[in-house]
Amino acid sequence: MNHLLLIAYLDLKESIRANWFIIYSLVFGGLIALFFIAGITESQVMGFSGLSRLLLMYIQVTIVILPIFILITTVRSISGDRDSHILEYMLSFPISLQQYYWGKVFGRFITVFLPVFMAMIVAVVYGIFQGAEVPWGVLFLYTGLLFSMSSAFLGIAFFISSLVKSSEMALGIAFFVWIVLLAFIDIALIGLMLQNRMSEGLIIAIALLNPMEVFRVAAISLFDPELTVIGPVAFYILDLFSQGIFVLLSILYPIIIGIVFAWAGYRIFSRNDLV
Amino acid sequence: MIVLNRLSKIFGKTRSLDDVSITLHRGDAIALMGANGAGKTTLVRLILGYYHPSSGTVRIEGRDPIKERMNILDQVSFVPQLPPPIKLSLKELMTYICKSSGVDEARIVHYANEMKLDIAPNLHKSFFKLSGGMKQKLLIAISLAKESRIMIYDEPTANLDPKARDDFYRLLRENEQDKLALFVTHRIEEVASLVNRKIYMDLGKVVSDEIC
Ligand SMILES: Nc1ncnc2c1ncn2[C@@H]1O[C@H](COP(=O)(O)OP(=O)(O)OP(=O)(O)O)[C@@H](O)[C@H]1O
Ligand SMILES: [Mg+2]
Repeated sequence: MNHLLLIAYLDLKESIRANWFIIYSLVFGGLIALFFIAGITESQVMGFSGLSRLLLMYIQVTIVILPIFILITTVRSISGDRDSHILEYMLSFPISLQQYYWGKVFGRFITVFLPVFMAMIVAVVYGIFQGAEVPWGVLFLYTGLLFSMSSAFLGIAFFISSLVKSSEMALGIAFFVWIVLLAFIDIALIGLMLQNRMSEGLIIAIALLNPMEVFRVAAISLFDPELTVIGPVAFYILDLFSQGIFVLLSILYPIIIGIVFAWAGYRIFSRNDLV
Repeated sequence: MIVLNRLSKIFGKTRSLDDVSITLHRGDAIALMGANGAGKTTLVRLILGYYHPSSGTVRIEGRDPIKERMNILDQVSFVPQLPPPIKLSLKELMTYICKSSGVDEARIVHYANEMKLDIAPNLHKSFFKLSGGMKQKLLIAISLAKESRIMIYDEPTANLDPKARDDFYRLLRENEQDKLALFVTHRIEEVASLVNRKIYMDLGKVVSDEIC
């Protein structure tokens, strides 16, 4: 256990120094700054106002860019160390593969989760100073969503990282996964729905398999559906489930995806040639 | 004692190691030689438990290095062919090694000094920013500080200046008693006075094995 924390700690320190981490933090911090500069908290559009509106915009942008950020930066974690022979040296010390792998996962999780979370907290604190009311329900839900979003894509990234032998290949696959998940939200599904060949239930089931769609719908689930501009799939889903169940599902399901993929990645990592 | 029994490793169509059976004893200091691509590094990686053999077995003190990697690696020091571009600082790297292997940091510093590498001014520098020779010196210092019963060096002197090579061989001479030392090398004259056994490989096979 203490070796797991050691690996996590070292990975964290290494990440914090890395250029990608600086850019990553700047992007999410900058997003928040931009929202404030643009005066989003003050405008009254479509029934949202103040911080809720800002948080909603933040989460909607985050749903699109966080996955690709996590995938690109994490997918090279194991495969990159293998490519550059770092793994060959680091694993020549008596450290269990289990602790090494999960330590890396844990360290990476903190690196990817903290900046997006902190950006949101900074926004809320700043909003309070401006006299806005804190939408606690939305804040808690979005914290949960950011957590489960980070888990899901981190798990997928580690899976790819141990599956693929070279880091360039890993990068390519990561990009592909992101595009596919992105393309399968509403747009593609609306098409299917319009063609009327498949039942609505089936389309919604497919939509819900995609964690990105789950996040998208969950992000607006606390708001009154009448007021939001939501895709048809999202509308059906919110109509179908009770709010409580859907919120729970939207947080649990991606976490499970993350764990399953990370665990599959571990099996591959520990059972095949290491270098 | 390391026992390789009918060991083969195949990558795709390349037979990197082909039915090798050798036994290396405690007290042996072995020079492992052979042309580029002969399979030396592959052999070392099998001993370290990195590769799963395509056929045959590796046993170290009767144990499987894959199934019991912690026990085995506890007794092994290894310096790779090329120092990897580790991004940790020297301090962090030493923390990793000391915590994972129970090495005393002062011993690393001691051997680094013996290798004429001054750690203190570089402590917070990334390992990969050291010069090639400095990296190798540090890895050598770590390998000696670890006090292992099995020492494996995959051409560790490639980037060292002549003076550093002398230091390295002197330190080895002081430290090799009662150990098993395996040197992968292309320059037999350098290690000639250290070794008591020479193994030549070619195309994945052991072609000669002399005691001297
Ligand atoms: N991971 C791998 N995948 C595919 N082929 C490999 C792999 N590792 C080694 N080989 C092949 O196995 C053969 C032996 O390689 P190895 O690295 O063991 O040689 P070597 O004796 O260490 O050579 P050198 O003196 O150049 O270091 C080479 O033909 C090499 O291309
Ligand atoms: Mg080699």
